Amino acid sequence: MNPPQVSRLTPAVRDPGPGPGTPTSPPKIDVQQLSFFYGATRALQEITLQIHPNVVTAFIGPSGCGKSTFLRTLNRMNDIIPGTRVDGRALIDGEDIYASGVDVVQLRRRVGMVFQKSNPFPKSIFENVAYGLRINAMARNRSELAGRVEESLKQAALWTEVKDRLHTSALSLSGGQQQRLCIARALAIKPDVLLMDEPASALDPIATQRIEELVYSLKSSYTVVIVTHNMQQAARVSDRTAFFWLGRLIEYDRTDRIFTAPAEKLTEDYVTGRFG
Amino acid sequence: MTRDAGRRFVSAVFVIACGLAVLLALVPLAFVLFFVVSQGVQALNIGFFTQMPRPVGETGGGMLNALVGTLVLTGLAAAMAIPIGVISGVYMSEYKGTRLATATRFAADTLNGVPSIVIGIFAYAVAVLPFRQFSAMAGGLALGVMMIPIIARTTEELLLLVPGALREGALALGATRARAVFTVILPAALPGIITGVVLALARVAGETAPLLFTAFNNRFLSTDLRQPIASMTVQIFTYAISPYEDWHRQAWAGALVLVTFVLVCSLVTRVVTARVQRLRG
Repeated sequence: MNPPQVSRLTPAVRDPGPGPGTPTSPPKIDVQQLSFFYGATRALQEITLQIHPNVVTAFIGPSGCGKSTFLRTLNRMNDIIPGTRVDGRALIDGEDIYASGVDVVQLRRRVGMVFQKSNPFPKSIFENVAYGLRINAMARNRSELAGRVEESLKQAALWTEVKDRLHTSALSLSGGQQQRLCIARALAIKPDVLLMDEPASALDPIATQRIEELVYSLKSSYTVVIVTHNMQQAARVSDRTAFFWLGRLIEYDRTDRIFTAPAEKLTEDYVTGRFG
Repeated sequence: MTRDAGRRFVSAVFVIACGLAVLLALVPLAFVLFFVVSQGVQALNIGFFTQMPRPVGETGGGMLNALVGTLVLTGLAAAMAIPIGVISGVYMSEYKGTRLATATRFAADTLNGVPSIVIGIFAYAVAVLPFRQFSAMAGGLALGVMMIPIIARTTEELLLLVPGALREGALALGATRARAVFTVILPAALPGIITGVVLALARVAGETAPLLFTAFNNRFLSTDLRQPIASMTVQIFTYAISPYEDWHRQAWAGALVLVTFVLVCSLVTRVVTARVQRLRG
């Protein structure tokens, strides 16, 4: 197979604008010319895109294309990897998150994250959800804490399954339940943005379906960004899709257009399964 | 066919050789246990645990002072070594690769290999000579210095085993680095760290050399930290080299109690860690 060729350097971004049916609103996340380096290697090349509130935005692309790296620049999770560097700007609600003086801890409270592999703490189900509330002192008393935990578990569609065993170990849950627990844990501190890094890639089809339904229901209150290597999943859950390839943003558009009438040959080859 | 038979013969010889090596390795342990148990049981009774030593010539009596002394000494050592050891372990795993962490690891490994008598001399120089007084404090210091590197290295290794995903999970919820370490990473490694601490305690509880000229010995029941204090090991040593039959028996009983203590420690940690592992699914 011949390596796919990029027709031009600037991505085919037909700015999809705000979500369907929502009034015009400023972008939640506005990334301008963002590059990311692991040592001398440039993993992301001058990414520019705008993510709108209350829509689900999917990042797709082959393994190693930079979609997860890009997601992790949005809550500065890459900061903990030594030898990395960011160029360019990433604005959330108009403020550059890479400006000096930005409190990373505050940023991560507003930009929650769910990881590819569920990572519940080795504590009880209750304590997992309460963790963020406790460390951020977000509940004044026990009953408020319990209320917030219940609310988050309900939002993550896990409450009915665990309400009778809140104080048993989170590690006794099934894989899909553990991932929903991690979502509940992220929702508990009421972030504005929820970043999800292949949240269903390690789950069976039924658990995956539950996560997808959950993602769909979350967009009314959150800005959801989801990385996936499963194109059907992107098509099912997202309103906007960004296609990444070799560290570049190739195309960003409404999901239906990406999958039915992409502007780029490369995008078409990828979504039709010709490579990747 | 003949080649196959030859191969089977070599294999059988090798299996037998391995079995013999295992037997040889186990023989000394079996003998030690056999002698300690068979000799120790004879002198072991309730009085051994509840009574003080009798004057020379009188039979009976016990080692209450030494039992209490060993508890005091190991307690002092633990109070000193657990915080220092755990916190240096955290440093070595969190800042691995830095010069100070590498130096600390090297120092811990070196200290671990220092003969215990040398550690006794160190404690003698810093905690006995200046006060011109043998004391429980000095003994506790010597044992504590022996425990620190064991605990520090165990903590470090167990913390490095905690999956990075847990740290990321905590940081993504707005935890600071210190918060993540003390509320998620350290608790995740806790069962293993406790095992390490208990094994370190069992190890120093059986030490004699560092106590000979620090805690010294005491014929009386004492809990005064500024005074010399008895210990099981030094008592066993004193009794074993004495010319009295009855003291020999008591020394065997003391040895049995020590061996049992070490055995119980490893069993308890095994059961506890297995249970914790099960709880975590």
